[in-house]
Amino acid sequence: MSSTVDGIVFLALAFATIGGAVMMLATRNVVHAAFWLLEVMLATAGLYMLLSAEFLALVQVLVYAGSVAVLILFTIMLTLRRREDAIRDFEPGWGAGILAVLFGGALLFAVERFSAQMRPGVMPEVVPDVAAFGEKLFTSWAVPFEIASLVLLVALVGAVWWSGGDGQ
Amino acid sequence: MTLLWGFLWGVAAVATIAGGAILGVWWERKVSARIQMRYGPQQIGPFGSLQMIADVPKLLFKEDIVPALADKAIFKYAPLFVFGPVAVSMVVIPFTAGWAPLDTSVGVLFFLAVPSIEVIAILLSSWASHNTLSTLGGLRATAQMISYEVPRSLAVLAIVLLAGSLRPLDVVAAWRWWWMPLTFVAFVIYFIASIAEMNRGPFDIPEAESELVAGYFADYSGMRWASFMMAEYGAMIAASLFGAALFFGGGWPFGGALGVVVLVVKAVLIMTAIMWVKWTFPRLRQDQLMSFCWKVLTPLALVQLVVIGVVLAWL
Repeated sequence: MSSTVDGIVFLALAFATIGGAVMMLATRNVVHAAFWLLEVMLATAGLYMLLSAEFLALVQVLVYAGSVAVLILFTIMLTLRRREDAIRDFEPGWGAGILAVLFGGALLFAVERFSAQMRPGVMPEVVPDVAAFGEKLFTSWAVPFEIASLVLLVALVGAVWWSGGDGQ
Repeated sequence: MTLLWGFLWGVAAVATIAGGAILGVWWERKVSARIQMRYGPQQIGPFGSLQMIADVPKLLFKEDIVPALADKAIFKYAPLFVFGPVAVSMVVIPFTAGWAPLDTSVGVLFFLAVPSIEVIAILLSSWASHNTLSTLGGLRATAQMISYEVPRSLAVLAIVLLAGSLRPLDVVAAWRWWWMPLTFVAFVIYFIASIAEMNRGPFDIPEAESELVAGYFADYSGMRWASFMMAEYGAMIAASLFGAALFFGGGWPFGGALGVVVLVVKAVLIMTAIMWVKWTFPRLRQDQLMSFCWKVLTPLALVQLVVIGVVLAWL
């Protein structure tokens, strides 16, 4: 029963993820594209939730849906000089097409070549909770974690300095 | 089975918010009237308490206007995503000792993360209206809500640090009365930042009537407008309940059904304080709003965290 429900939810979420990605590419309106990107992010969070990775799912919602998508929309809205500019013609270039085919081929080749060596991960019996995750993060991964936060801090200070203007 | 319960809780949350919004509007009209030395609604029902029963059908029967140049799909459905996340965030509130509709080990984060979807819905609906004033309001609302998420999360973090858990039920179980003076600053920060998050006065710059008509929902009418209204009252109800649960120990000193009553009473007190603030202070300016967030609230929240850290080491 439970696995059936999980399967149905997974199918719905997987469809939402891939469908959203396709719609993002297919739509001609950049604001709609941003909306579809948001939908893909939320569906991905749902997939994490399905894997019992609640913390990751919530961080996905908070960071990607709550901030990155807003940032993208902000950028679009502030750089559009006229509202009509939001709608662009669909004009695929030859270069992009060749690149897509090459990348897709490489991906298929890699999957074909190495699929024998890749084994699906085994789900642990008990899902480790967020406390265990925090302990790992602040003991064995403390240095990478601190470096990551330092990089973000530098970016933040840089952004403030950049936007401060000459007067300050 | 879990899915079915999920749907049931969804319905319950929407019903709670709708009912709470109806009562909240009446209560706000009474409170604001008293502050302005008026009586407020008094004709329909005792103390005008049935006024909203008359107002709801009026809202339902209003014409649903979609501007001709609006981005139809987004304009029509964005209000749903303004209201939805608020209703969803209600499920992790620990209503009494040992019981929350959804008991999850990251409940506190859930409550802070899920409403952030609302920001993007507001931004999209404001843009879809094809109206400069709406878009300006939407951009203001977004900047404000994203900024005030920082001090709000830091304030909640103080309680989480004391309790040593992100599970709301654990926080309520670990809560002691002397946390109240210790985390008072954190509560004040949470209170102010929550008001800013729900775009209420004195932080209602995004919907400033005198300059932006009604800001991001200026072009909405009927039920679509009502869903913005319900989102605001829903955010108020959720923030009050959650604040009462985390900062004032939920149903403390009672458990069980009496605990729920005590929690609701505490939440109503917080809600009344939110209304009191709205009807007392004048609206801030945009630059004052931002500098208050980044130069006052955020450092203060960090100081509070340090204090808690020292106390924890000393315990």
